[in-house]
Amino acid sequence: MRNKRQSAEKLMQRIFFSIAGASIAILFLIMVFLFMEGLPIFGVVSVGDFLFGHYWYPTSDPPDFGIFPLIIASVSVTALSSVFAIPLGVMTAIYLAELASKRVAEIVKPTVELLAALPSVVIGFFGMVVVAPFLQDVFDIPTGLNLFNSALMLAFMSIPTICSLSEDAIYSVSPGLKEGSLALGATRWETILRVILPASISGISTAVILGMSRAIGETMVVLMVAGGAGMIPESIFSPVRPLPASIAAEMAEAPFRGDHYYALFAIGIVLFVFTLLFNLVADFIAHKYRQVGEASL
Amino acid sequence: MSPKPKMTSSNLDFYYGDFQALQDVNLEFHERQVTALIGPSGCGKSTYIRCLNRMNDLIPISRVEGRILLDDEDIYEPSLDVVMLRRRVGMVFQKPNPFPKSIFENTAYGLRVNGVKDKGFIQNRVEESLKRAALWDEVKDRLDDTALGLSGGQQQRLCIARALAVEPEVLLMDEPASALDPIATQKIEELIHELKELYTIIIVTHSMQQAARVSDMTAFFYMGKLIEFGDTDTMFTRPKLKQTEDYITGRFG
Amino acid sequence: MDITKDQYSEEHQSAGKPVKPKNISVIQKAVEARHRRRKLVEQVLFTTFRGAAVINGLALFIIIFFMLKNGLSAITWEFLSDVPRESMTKGGILPCIVGTALLGLGAIVIALPIGVASAIYLNEYAKPGLILRTIRLGINNLAGVPSVVFGLFGLAFFVTYLKMGVSLVSGCLTLAALSLPVIIGSTEEALKAVPDTYREASLGLGATKWQTIYRVVLPASLPGILTGAILGLSRAAGETAPIMFTAAVFFTPDLPGSIFDEIMALPYHIYVLATAGTNIEATRHLQYGTALVLIALVLGMNMAAIVWRSRIRKKLK
Repeated sequence: MRNKRQSAEKLMQRIFFSIAGASIAILFLIMVFLFMEGLPIFGVVSVGDFLFGHYWYPTSDPPDFGIFPLIIASVSVTALSSVFAIPLGVMTAIYLAELASKRVAEIVKPTVELLAALPSVVIGFFGMVVVAPFLQDVFDIPTGLNLFNSALMLAFMSIPTICSLSEDAIYSVSPGLKEGSLALGATRWETILRVILPASISGISTAVILGMSRAIGETMVVLMVAGGAGMIPESIFSPVRPLPASIAAEMAEAPFRGDHYYALFAIGIVLFVFTLLFNLVADFIAHKYRQVGEASL
Repeated sequence: MSPKPKMTSSNLDFYYGDFQALQDVNLEFHERQVTALIGPSGCGKSTYIRCLNRMNDLIPISRVEGRILLDDEDIYEPSLDVVMLRRRVGMVFQKPNPFPKSIFENTAYGLRVNGVKDKGFIQNRVEESLKRAALWDEVKDRLDDTALGLSGGQQQRLCIARALAVEPEVLLMDEPASALDPIATQKIEELIHELKELYTIIIVTHSMQQAARVSDMTAFFYMGKLIEFGDTDTMFTRPKLKQTEDYITGRFG
Repeated sequence: MDITKDQYSEEHQSAGKPVKPKNISVIQKAVEARHRRRKLVEQVLFTTFRGAAVINGLALFIIIFFMLKNGLSAITWEFLSDVPRESMTKGGILPCIVGTALLGLGAIVIALPIGVASAIYLNEYAKPGLILRTIRLGINNLAGVPSVVFGLFGLAFFVTYLKMGVSLVSGCLTLAALSLPVIIGSTEEALKAVPDTYREASLGLGATKWQTIYRVVLPASLPGILTGAILGLSRAAGETAPIMFTAAVFFTPDLPGSIFDEIMALPYHIYVLATAGTNIEATRHLQYGTALVLIALVLGMNMAAIVWRSRIRKKLK
């Protein structure tokens, strides 16, 4: 009787363990299949020419497979979007964690959460039909579908990530530190600046990195709003074609297992590596610089 | 006894939402004296001490009625600036709470936030405060090390030094030794003895012996009310009320 | 400057209004000099922070406002119950609604058991160490993989390698992989919220770990797990990039008859109508209408989950 129960127990544990490995298995499969379908392109162009080539004309004859303009597009869209998203996200987090009354926080927090839940295609659609004409009028530019617009839309997609993770980090700073500072005659702002933010900086950095990682991998917004020009941008109002947009826009027309198809998978590899790095850095920061809590005795 | 008290609370009521945590507390604190607040946990002594530098302002649903005077100034006056008040009325907490900064920066924190720029002044004041908190000899060679590497007792003395650096007039101590070992506790008590020459000290403690050792005056709280207040010696030898006697002799039930 | 005893008494001899000591200390001077500025800085900054929060809050409402304003007129019974007609310039979006519902549900049916089991292992069985750390890293990174890469993976693995073709089932599997981290995360939160005393009580009565989990922990955390399932479902329903190459097509006149059929889906339909339709301007109201339906679906599920979750949290407190 007892033996049976014990062996059943062992069995359950083993089953759960193997299922818990599913995430890693999927991650591994993703890598395997990306590489399987993407690596053949490097028989056609060298890695260097692929990454740093200035021309992306996959359907010309002979085709050019240089994704440098796409990489620049992705990087600049992400960078510009973090210019909007980091201050807005972190400031909202400070507001929610330190200033807002419980009642207000109970309204604002779900709103931010719902913003995160909006499907990306809806935000892309909004950028296309509402923001683009507006920008075109206000700034008198040829097209409202450009780097600026897509960065703005992406910002609102990464703000919820930045905001809620930063808020967690700020919230978990020990109240003892806060009281200690206030009791010395510091104002609330001085307490936030000199004690709370330094103590939660690792959590906030993680939040920012994850937010940017979300922005760089986001597809529908850049597909619909960035303008689609595969050139290195000259201004923030230039139309661009970030990496995810290329994959999404061209996969349908790329002949199955042709060079173009392989090249799009190779872009997928680049994108995967980008976000993997972002996530590993975030993970590293989170573990290396664990939040400094209350002084331990 | 000096004629004029440094701090006075009259008819003080305190509420957490609907719950009344303090009821009609009248107390006077005099300069160069240590006043101990004692009583069983939940009696309101910590709530009371946190009213004295308006630390309870941080609790959104709390409410204060009555008056607390600091040198004739009502500290709950709307025009009074709580930031200024807290500089004058310093506080040391139950758990040592040094900032995750260096020992030097911890001590200099209050000066910096209060806008003191003079480097020489800060340097001198840090040294002076650490000396006064009897910590200087132990840390003078590692002022730039993080304060989190200090022992619990050292951390607490650092917190005291940190509070002294901004020249408080009153020092509130909320069970400052409750998280410390006996040796560290003894050091803190000796320190309190020295500090009372310069400051008005109010200390919350749950240890009867500590109250007897460090204080000149003792106030006994029970269920949010001040039961008895008087000379420490008298309180511990000939308390007026039965309730006080029961608590002090440990027959409290 | 030190406050000395003399200074104190000086200060007190003058009764009535507080009088500053003659020998004003350096700190007091500094405090007074900067006092107004400190207050001002604080006010300006706090107003800015409040403003940031307002912008964030407004963003959601502005988007919803525009969708309502332009899309509400498109919503009719016909729109919801008919198939698209005349090259999708007329008619309804029923196949898209059905397709999205099937995709979302299918993804959750696949991902929920795997996600819950993973969370049970992580929270109940695993001991801190390299294995746990590796699994967590895997989950975090899976959560960070861009959705378009999931699409590529689905295309290469399910569609091509497993020969499922562009089909409902390929889409469901791809979306299941994508929503797995969401489900693991919320299930773990639900499991953590179960007080340890429950576990101890059950173990103390001689139950095995699995019996404890099955009979005590899971029932107590069920509402939380279901909340997570709803969130995962809404996430899967709103995704576009992962189904572009694996499940969705421009147009199919019939509702899916088997799991190997191609389908239409709301998010993809919006994209197609807005960027590649036969007459983009003429179908604008249909685009808004479709977007409105998708928002209502996704936000409705999310709001239900949020309300439900906050109720559970309150109960646990």
